[in-house]
Amino acid sequence: MAMDIKEVETLIKEALPDAIIEIQDLAGDSNHYSATITSSKFSGKSKIEQHKMVYNSLKGKMGNELHALAIKTKEQ
Amino acid sequence: MDDSTKNLIQSHIDANEVCLFMKGTPDAPQCGFSMAVSNMLKILEVNYKGINVLESQPLREGIKEFSDWPTIPQIYIKGEFVGGCDIVKEMYENGELKKILGDKGINFKK
Repeated sequence: MAMDIKEVETLIKEALPDAIIEIQDLAGDSNHYSATITSSKFSGKSKIEQHKMVYNSLKGKMGNELHALAIKTKEQ
Repeated sequence: MDDSTKNLIQSHIDANEVCLFMKGTPDAPQCGFSMAVSNMLKILEVNYKGINVLESQPLREGIKEFSDWPTIPQIYIKGEFVGGCDIVKEMYENGELKKILGDKGINFKK
């Protein structure tokens, strides 16, 4: 159960087209990622809402195929 | 999620001012993210209740639906869902966690 880094990026981009995304594969196992996502769509939203937008973009993969994705969101 | 699971989750949240749904226990966390949040609360000397979701599969899946949040750990403070590991870590680092604890009247090390 692992996910390619490109796939993670593509899914986020589909939901947040203006997003600037930096992803790191923390352990080199395609299963533990850290992502910093900057998007104008986050403005006026709480941190919980911002993270939910990212989780939703991953269409249920979070917590399943993708075990660990540390998320940091920034407003543009 | 069945009603008994939902009621169980709600009763944990109601009974504990600071309630951490986690993998493992505060003394023996079973996941790095649960350990991280647990440690932050320990450093702040917050009196919190750790609920081990690994003890119950309905609870482990139910809490995700209950909070509409796909990952564990999850922290509730005075009945309010505050976030998972990333958000709590960020709040710990920028001082917002202390602020929310203070605002909600929770004792912690200042």
